[in-house]
Amino acid sequence: MKRLVVLGAGTAGTMVVNKLDRVLSKDEWEIVIVEPSLVHLYQPGLLFLPFGRYEPADLLKPNQPLLPAGVSLIRAEVERIDTAARQVLLVGQDSIRYDQLVIATGTTPRPDMTPGLDGPQMGKTVHEFYTLDGAVALRRALSQWQGGRLVVHIVELPIKCPVAPLEFAFLADDYFQQRGMRDRVEITYVTPLSGAFTKPIAAHRLGDLLERRGIDLEPDFYVERVDEGALVSFDERTIPFDLLVTVPLNMGADFVARSNLGDELNHVKVDPGTFLANDLLNVFAIGDAAALPTSKAGSVAHFAVDVFVENFLEHIAGRPMERRFDGHTNCFVETGNGKALLIDFNYTTEPLPGSYPLPVFGPLRLLKETRMNHLGKLAFKPIYWHVLLPGRRLPVPIEMSMSGKDATPEDPDLAISKTEEKVS
Amino acid sequence: MTVATIEGRQVDVDAEGFLSDPQQWDEALAEALSKNIGLEMTDAHRAAIRFARADFMTTGETPTLRRMATAGGVTTKDMFLLFPKKPAKKLAYVAGLPKPVGCV
Repeated sequence: MKRLVVLGAGTAGTMVVNKLDRVLSKDEWEIVIVEPSLVHLYQPGLLFLPFGRYEPADLLKPNQPLLPAGVSLIRAEVERIDTAARQVLLVGQDSIRYDQLVIATGTTPRPDMTPGLDGPQMGKTVHEFYTLDGAVALRRALSQWQGGRLVVHIVELPIKCPVAPLEFAFLADDYFQQRGMRDRVEITYVTPLSGAFTKPIAAHRLGDLLERRGIDLEPDFYVERVDEGALVSFDERTIPFDLLVTVPLNMGADFVARSNLGDELNHVKVDPGTFLANDLLNVFAIGDAAALPTSKAGSVAHFAVDVFVENFLEHIAGRPMERRFDGHTNCFVETGNGKALLIDFNYTTEPLPGSYPLPVFGPLRLLKETRMNHLGKLAFKPIYWHVLLPGRRLPVPIEMSMSGKDATPEDPDLAISKTEEKVS
Repeated sequence: MTVATIEGRQVDVDAEGFLSDPQQWDEALAEALSKNIGLEMTDAHRAAIRFARADFMTTGETPTLRRMATAGGVTTKDMFLLFPKKPAKKLAYVAGLPKPVGCV
C-alpha cells in the first residue's frame, strides 16, 4: 500500500484530497491529510466582515465533513519534513512515512515581522483583516470610529488575495458614506508597488477608481517600522494615521524553512508548471504555499489543482507530467456601491478589458464595474462550499482564454476608452 | 522589443528600457545605465550589482529587496540609500536584469 500525505486542509488541500480520492485506486493508495484546525474558514468573507456584512459563524464550517470518508485526518502541527527518509515529523514526536507528499499549508500574515506592528496598538488603532479575530476587532473599531485619517497599507508582496486591500479601501469609502461621515474621513492607500496594482492596465484602471473616490495613493512605500500613530518607510517618509488597516508580511509555514524547501518567505520553491518541488520527485506544493509568479488566491488553487491531479496520475504511473499550469488567476474586485469588477490573467497575459467567460455576452465584465460582477462575487460563497471544495467542475475554462478579451493595447488610456465605447 | 544605443553599443531593451538579454551587459554598460537614472556609482553599488547578477544566474529571478538583505547582505536601508526611491527596480535596471516581478 502506498501513502499520499497532504499537509493542510485549506482550500487547496481539501480540493486535492476530494479529487484524488475519486481517482486513486483504493487498493493501491491510502490518503492522509494533516491539519491542526477543527474548522475551515471561508477566507474571501473576511473582507466583508469588518463592514458587518457577515457574522463569524457565516464563514466557518467543521472541516472533517468537507473531506472524503476514506481519508484519514490527523490533527497535528508539522515539525519538519525529512525528504531523505520520506517522512513528515509531527510536533510531539510522531512521524508519517509518505510515498508522495503535497504541501498545502498556505501563507499566513506575520505582523511580528515588522517592528512596532505587533505592539500594544494592535487591535486598537492598528488592525488587519486576514484573520477572523483581526476582522472582528476591526469591525468593532470601525463601528465606533468618529473619523480621522484611515490608512490602508500593504507591508510587502506577495500577499494572498492581492486585490483585497484595494477592495477594503473601496468598501470603506462606501461604508463611511452610508454612515454620513465620509467628509470626516481621509483615506490613504499605501503600497510598496509603484501604482494601485502590478500590471499596467489594471493599475491604471484601479488607480482611477481610487482617485474618483477621493482616496490618496502613496506608492513605492516600503515600511521600516510602525511608530505610535505613524508608518515610517526605509527612505524616512512618515505617514500619520488615526486608524491603520495593514496587510502584514505573508509567510509560508515555518516547517518549510526547517525542511530547507522554501524561499526567503518560506514559500516552497517549485516548478511553476507542475508544482513539483525543486530537485525532488515526490514532494509537491500547491496553492498559496507554493512560490509561484502569480497571485496567491483561491482561484489559482482551483485552476492549479485541476492541472495537478491529471499530472499526478501520470507521475505515479512513471510517465512524464505533460500538462503545464499557465498561472491562470481570476479575481472579483469589490468596488463599493454594490458593484465589482473582474480580472482574469495568467503568467504571461496581464488583466485586460473585455467580457467573461463568453465574448460579448459575458455576463461578467472584465476591468469594468458592474452590478452583475458584484452578484457573481456574492454567489461565489455557496459555490465555494458546494462545488469548489468537493472538487466538482465549475463551468469555466481551466486555462486562461483570450476569448472575450481585448488584445493587448500599447497605451492603457487608449484601451480603456475604447472598451468604454464598446460596452456602453 | 526595441534596440537602444547605449554608449555607442546596440542593446535589446523592453518598453521601460530594461535590458532584455542579461548577457549583453558588462560593467562598462552599467556605468552608462547608472548615469541614465542619475546615479553616482560607488563600490557599494558595484558589489550589490555583482551579487544581483550572480543570484540571477543561479535562481533565474531578479532578487527582491528581501533577498538582497538575507542572501546578499545589503540591508533594505542601504538599498534605499544606494538606489533611492525605487531600489529593486533601479538595481535591476543598472544590473541589466529583468524588471523584478511585482508579485501579483
